[in-house]
Amino acid sequence: MISDPDVVGLLYLVSIVCFILALRFLSSPKHARKGNWVGGAGMVVAIATTLALDGISNWGLIVAGGLIGSIVGVVGARTVKMTAMPQMVALFNGVGGGAAALVALAEFHVSSGDLAGEEIVSIVLSALIGSISFAGSMIAFAKLQELLSGRPIVYAGQNILNIAVLLGAAALGIALIAGVDEQWVLVGLIVLALVFGVMFVLPIGGADMPVVISLLNAFTGLAASATGFVLNSLLLIVAGMLVGASGTLLTLLMAKAMNRSVANVLFGAFGQVKTGTAAARVDDGRTARATSAEDVAVQLSFARKVVVVPGYGLAVAQAQHDVRQLAELLEEKGIEVAYAIHPVAGRMPGHMNVLLAEANVPYDQLKEMDEINPEFPQTDVALVIGANDVVNPAARSDPASPIYGMPILDVDKANSVVVMKRSMAPGFAGIDNDLFLEPQTTMLFGNAKDSIVKLIAAVKAS
Amino acid sequence: MTDIDLVVELTVLVLAIFLGFEVIAKVPTMLHTPLMSGTNFIHGIVIVGAITVLGFADDGFTRAIGFVAMVLASANVVGGWFVTDRMLEMFKRRPEERK
Repeated sequence: MISDPDVVGLLYLVSIVCFILALRFLSSPKHARKGNWVGGAGMVVAIATTLALDGISNWGLIVAGGLIGSIVGVVGARTVKMTAMPQMVALFNGVGGGAAALVALAEFHVSSGDLAGEEIVSIVLSALIGSISFAGSMIAFAKLQELLSGRPIVYAGQNILNIAVLLGAAALGIALIAGVDEQWVLVGLIVLALVFGVMFVLPIGGADMPVVISLLNAFTGLAASATGFVLNSLLLIVAGMLVGASGTLLTLLMAKAMNRSVANVLFGAFGQVKTGTAAARVDDGRTARATSAEDVAVQLSFARKVVVVPGYGLAVAQAQHDVRQLAELLEEKGIEVAYAIHPVAGRMPGHMNVLLAEANVPYDQLKEMDEINPEFPQTDVALVIGANDVVNPAARSDPASPIYGMPILDVDKANSVVVMKRSMAPGFAGIDNDLFLEPQTTMLFGNAKDSIVKLIAAVKAS
Repeated sequence: MTDIDLVVELTVLVLAIFLGFEVIAKVPTMLHTPLMSGTNFIHGIVIVGAITVLGFADDGFTRAIGFVAMVLASANVVGGWFVTDRMLEMFKRRPEERK
């Protein structure tokens, strides 16, 4: 049993260092996995130290709770499909936030009447943010898992109602801070925060989920940090804040890559506001040219450099492995192949990289937008698979377009472009794509997986 | 746990924010999904709070709340770690060194 608070503090310091190192190691895919193990070691030290604190009892409940949670965690983590990773992250975000809110509630119950000012402020913040994160994450999960419609759910006066609920929760929080020492007030705050969490994610569409998940990630970090103030634990303060910083940075990054402000994502109900503005494109008589797998195979065989531009359509068709086979086939013929990854390809930050890594695409072939864009003019064939808005040149050239200013992959600068797509239907932004009408572009219509399988056969035959 | 001065806590908090931004800015976009699940794992540190609450609980209400917090937090920790490890394992260079 550890009774010396200095020893406890030092052991927690070890955990803090481990967590920081874990994040440091993530700066390169070479060391990243090692970093996760270092972080794991930090967590083991933190848990072991806490269990060894003087006076800890209720061992049966601690072990039982830990076991149940661990089993759920391991089974979930082991069985989840990589395409379902955003849901998984949302779920873990949610349970973390829920745990933080419950810890705050329990602390209030135990120490009520005996709490310093900053402690009650922290309890309020932890309960508020943790509950929003829990409920919001569950809705995000339900939407991504398609238990709920991925479409934005909107109704009149929505933002006003949301703000009213949040203000209600805030009022209860202020009452608690002002000295109202009643547990039902905190419970009421938690209930209102849960309602707010549900209502604020409902109107957000599936395409905006990368921003929401990052934001909820930050929220849970902040809730954990606030819990640290309640428990007087520097470990929780630092670890929670690291997550808060990470989530905030990713939220801003995602919003920027989608060319929208965070506020617009959260309160704009995408698609409701913008579809109307984009319909008017002048019909200049140009039409998209359809091509065949055989023609594309010939094109590819004569190329020196091919860049694959994967979008979420690729993952939906589960064609990652087929793309990798095609790429390997081309490389055997001495053709240089790279993958151009847009920051919002997929359903969460960096999702496409994980999906391709799962298909055994070596990571040194995956190029970020800034790295690959200067290479498009020297690219013979750009193979766009299930991507649309992120390759729309209107983002550079048409100030009237809703995506104007959004950073895109400069696919139109390649010598020739092959777009694999099911139909001419617009992407998430609901706008037409001039790329499809450019003279160097040909369209290979059909399911991405079928098209690529045909392409592989045709390349083999040529 | 010991009482720590609020100003000290706030100082540490602010330093952690700056440190967080510095470290996270160095993570390449390629690894942003593992970064999210990795930070997911790190906020599982709230398990320390759950253990403290449950371990020192001496009434039914606190035990019940603490138990649920314990289940949620340990799912967060264990699931977050395993899923991050699973993802990072997949990131590989090409087998033959071509560059």
